[in-house]
Formats: sequence, C-alpha cells, structure tokens
Amino acid sequence: MQNKQELVPIRDGYGKALLKLGEINPDVIVLDADLSTSTRSNWFAEKYPERFIDVGIAEQNMVNIAAGLSMEGKIPFATTYGVFICGRAFDQIRNTVCYSNLNVKLVGSHGGISVGPDGGSHQTIEDIALMRILPNMTVVVPCDHIQAYKATLQLAELKGPAYLRLAREPTATITSEHCEFQIGKADIMTEGNDIVIIFAGTIGAEVIKAVPLLHQKNIYPTVINMHTIKPIDKDVLIKYARKFGKIITIEEHLKAGGLGSAVAEFLAENAPTKMRMFAIDDRFGESGQPDVLLDAFGLSAEKICQRVEKFLYEG
Amino acid sequence: MERSEIITKLQKKAISIRYEIIKMIGKAGSGHPGGSLSSADIGVALFFYQMRYQADNPKWEKRDRFILSKGHAAPLLYALLAQANFFDKKHLSTFRQYKSILQGHPASYLTPGVEVSTGSLGQGLSIAVGIALAGKMDKKSYNVYTLHGDGELDEGQIWESAMFASHKKLDNLCAIIDRNHLQIDGVTEVVMALEPLVQKWQAFGWHTIAIDGHNIGQIISAFDEFLTIKDKPTVIIAKTVKGKGVSFMENKAKWHGKAPKGELLKKALKELSTKKD
Ligand SMILES: Cc1ncc(C[n+]2csc(CCOP(=O)(O)OP(=O)(O)O)c2C)c(N)n1
Ligand SMILES: [Mg+2]
Repeated sequence: MQNKQELVPIRDGYGKALLKLGEINPDVIVLDADLSTSTRSNWFAEKYPERFIDVGIAEQNMVNIAAGLSMEGKIPFATTYGVFICGRAFDQIRNTVCYSNLNVKLVGSHGGISVGPDGGSHQTIEDIALMRILPNMTVVVPCDHIQAYKATLQLAELKGPAYLRLAREPTATITSEHCEFQIGKADIMTEGNDIVIIFAGTIGAEVIKAVPLLHQKNIYPTVINMHTIKPIDKDVLIKYARKFGKIITIEEHLKAGGLGSAVAEFLAENAPTKMRMFAIDDRFGESGQPDVLLDAFGLSAEKICQRVEKFLYEG
Repeated sequence: MERSEIITKLQKKAISIRYEIIKMIGKAGSGHPGGSLSSADIGVALFFYQMRYQADNPKWEKRDRFILSKGHAAPLLYALLAQANFFDKKHLSTFRQYKSILQGHPASYLTPGVEVSTGSLGQGLSIAVGIALAGKMDKKSYNVYTLHGDGELDEGQIWESAMFASHKKLDNLCAIIDRNHLQIDGVTEVVMALEPLVQKWQAFGWHTIAIDGHNIGQIISAFDEFLTIKDKPTVIIAKTVKGKGVSFMENKAKWHGKAPKGELLKKALKELSTKKD
C-alpha cells in the first residue's frame, strides 16, 4: 500500500478497464444513457462503436436491453449516474435482472455527496442500500481508479448481477497496481492496535489522510477497505470485531442500509460489537464544494480524526 | 400596451435574464448554460406575459403553476424568479454554494416559487398532470405549464403522462418543449431520433403548436392559442438554439453543463451586455 497523492477520478479506472475488456473479451457490450462523457464510457464508444449502445435518457429501457443482451451471452455494462440507474430502474433491476439472475453489470457513477454543486438530486446516497438488499446481487465500491480498474475486469468474469459504484471527484490514489484485489475479500490497509476503521469507496482517501492525524494523538487504527459490500468479508469482520471490540464504519452513504448497516447486520448476530457509523443520517445531500460538504457531514480527515478520538475515549 | 411594445419589453428582459444566467454560472464555477439560454425567451414570456402569480404570496391558490421538468435549467428559473421578486437578487451570487437557497437543481423546500423539486428528467409532465387533474376536480381556473428538454423526451414516463393527459382531456395543461436538437451525448437525431415529433404528439391526442422558440411574437401567440383550446392538452414545440445568445456556446453540446471561466466568461458577459443597450 502506498500513498502517492495523485488525484484521479475513479471513473477513469472504469473507462480504462472497459478499453481493456474491449480488447480481450468480444462479448463485452457497454451501454449508457446520455452520460457517456461523464461516466467515461465514451472511451469505449470511440474505440468499439459497434459494441457501444447509447439508449438516450432512458435508464429503464437500458437495464432491460442489457438484460436481453445478457440472455444471449453478452456481458453488458449498463452505465449512468448511480442515482438514475438504481432509482429510476429499480423495478427492472429487481424483477428482471435479479429475479432471473441475469449476467448484467450495473455501473453507477457520481456516488455520494462529493458529487458537489449539482446538489441532492444528483448525489446518490441510497444506492448501496437499494442494490445490496437484492438477492443474487454483488455490490462493489472501489476506493480509487486503480481498484476500479481491477474491479471492472473481475466483474466481467463474475456470473450474475452486480453493481459497481463510482464517484465523480478526482481523489487520491491509495492503492497501487501491485496491491492484491479480489471481489469479496477485504483489504487490510494498515494495522494498529487501538481501533478498527472500516470504509468503502473514495472516502478512503480521507480515512488514509486521517491516519497520521490520529497517530499524532497516539491513536493507532487498523484500517480496512471493505470494497465489496456484498458478499461482505465475514472472516475479516469476525476476526477484527473479536480482536478490537470496537468498530467504526465510514462511507458516503445513508446510515440506513449502507456499509455500516451491512457490517452491523452481520456482527449483531455473529459477534456483537460496539459500533459507530460515520455516514449520512436520514437526510439528503445538498449543493456545495466537495471538500466543504465532506467536512459539513463530518467526513473530512479532520472530522474523522475528531470523531474517532471521541468514540475511543468517550464511547 | 401595444403588442409590439410588449414584445420589445420582453426581448429586453430576455437579454438581462441571459446575462444573469451567465453571471450566476460563472460565479458558481459550474452549472448548465446551454439549456438555460435556449429556454430563456420562453421563460421570459411565461413569467412576464402569460402566467398569473403573486411573488409575495408564492402559494396563492389561483396562481398558474410552472414545473421546470428540465431541472438542470435551474439558472434560468432562478433568474426569472429573482426578476419577478420571489426573492432578493442577491441570492443569485450564491448559486450552487453550500447553504444557498439556490441548489444546483431546483429544490422546492428551499426556494420560494419553485413548485416541486426536479433534476431527474422525465418526471415533470406527470406531476403537472396531477396538478391539472386536481384543478379540474376542484373546478379551479389555474393553468399548468411545464418546460422540457427534447432529450428528456427519451424517457418513457413522458409518453405515459402524454397518453393520460389527453385521455383526461386536460385542456388546462400546456407543455413546452425546448427543441434545441442537442442532449449531452450529441445531436438528438443521432443519439435517439425524435422526429417526426409533432406527429408523435398529435398521435397522442395533443393540440400541437410548432414555433421558433426565440421569436417572442410567436411564443406569446402560441400561449394565446393555448387559452382557446378546449378538451385537449397543448404542447408547444419550440425550435431553439442551445446556448443562444453567447456566440461560442451556440449549438455546442459541450456547453451543456460547463461554466465559462476567465476570458470566456468575460467574452460571454460582454456579448450579452452589448445586446442589453
Ligand atoms: C433521469 C435522468 N437521467 C439523466 C440525467 C442527466 N442529464 C441531465 S441533463 C441531460 C441532457 C438533457 O438534454 P435535453 O433534455 O435535451 O435538455 P437541454 O438540451 O434543453 O438542456 C441529461 C442526460 C438526468 N438529469 N435525469
Ligand atoms: Mg436538448
């Protein structure tokens, strides 16, 4: 794990992986709903126009076209903003894609409040909840462009419905090409003895930034990147819950139904553990610069540091 | 007032609205100029010719209702609402900032005069249908206006509500389509062909009026005509130019959702201010 502070939007990793898939897997088809320049699916569109489909602004149609394509052996990646693919096309995803267990990859860019000035209408903070409650679904939330690249390649190999969450803002690269990545297997980013912090997504950049701040306060956390929300890495959860007895989860998502909620559901039955969920509590996002919003929602490195300290000493 | 005088006044207003749109987006550093500018003349005619409302009483029962279904044209809506005195103009410079009453896309819980939150395309017509239907049930005299992008017509829900509106003979409903021929990924006819668009709406049972969406005379005549139509909803298909009024933005998909910066911002404001006087 290295900390090269190069800011790259995670969707670039997705765009690059699609180009690679275009080259190595003729069954891969990419769909978009009039946002290809935003999601980076346009890179694939330029190189492989015959395997790219722009459905226009019609997310429901897109998901079921992808369903049909998958039934004939294609591997469709249906791409648009997370808020529209998970929200607008939810019934198509539930009743067609998941119920029939079809090999459709759903990709939602612009996850979380770090979308920024576009405001609450465009910041999906419920997508992980909506996708992970569905039977047969796999949910992957990579932390940077390198991990997004690897996740995309692996999803093409995995049979069945999957949701890949991406983000808009350029963020720090917190993994490297050499890091191992496997869907369903959490990454231990740093080991410390005081508390365990579990995150998913590009908020990992803030968490990693918070680590030296915590060290200054003599707090040494173990940091876990739970990039796969479903199936969640149960072994890692049990092991670290038992070892520390205190867990913090951090995500750019509603508290209800997100990463923290997934962790809590499992641990409540298997290894009850004191927890704090740093997430968005029963409200919508709003307009603002990404860094301003992260701070206002208590998710900047500084706020994370303060909140971890508080939990550790005050409970 | 003479008709020609009305038209001249509205044309002047449209230029200052365009100026405010660019100023707002320039200050915010992000936002959607293309579709705000293409709809500016329609917006001005709606707010300063056609609709009845009381700015100091935004929930006045008898007001005409307006739904900005293409919510990304929020800068246009905010410039119009400020011009109409729904709120102080000073808010325009807070557009898209944290804690502003002017969100990136219209948020009814924060902005006086915004009937309902929009931003997810394709939903506004159904909402307007509900409002129009309630008006009929309660024998109210208000009319309901919606503004849509042409790309937005790709959404299936538009056609579900179109079918419903004519089925229920909602003649208190007037939809306006900003036919600028562009969506984000390019030309509508390349991404998802819409033509023959007038015939599609006719087949769905609507009274159709096709106009030049930058010709104020034609816009207000279309509104006059809408008021005479009985037992059918009306759709105005307004041919426009995306980015209208700022030379380097006109007909360019890339100015859909991008703020002009530095010299370009100055150039845009200068072009508009010379037209102003
Ligand atoms: C349901 C939904 N899907 C996608 C988007 C993203 N989006 C915002 S504007 C836009 C293009 C709109 O084109 P058009 O309707 O022609 O608007 P205009 O040209 O008038 O700006 C898209 C795809 C959205 N806001 N809502
Ligand atoms: Mg358009």
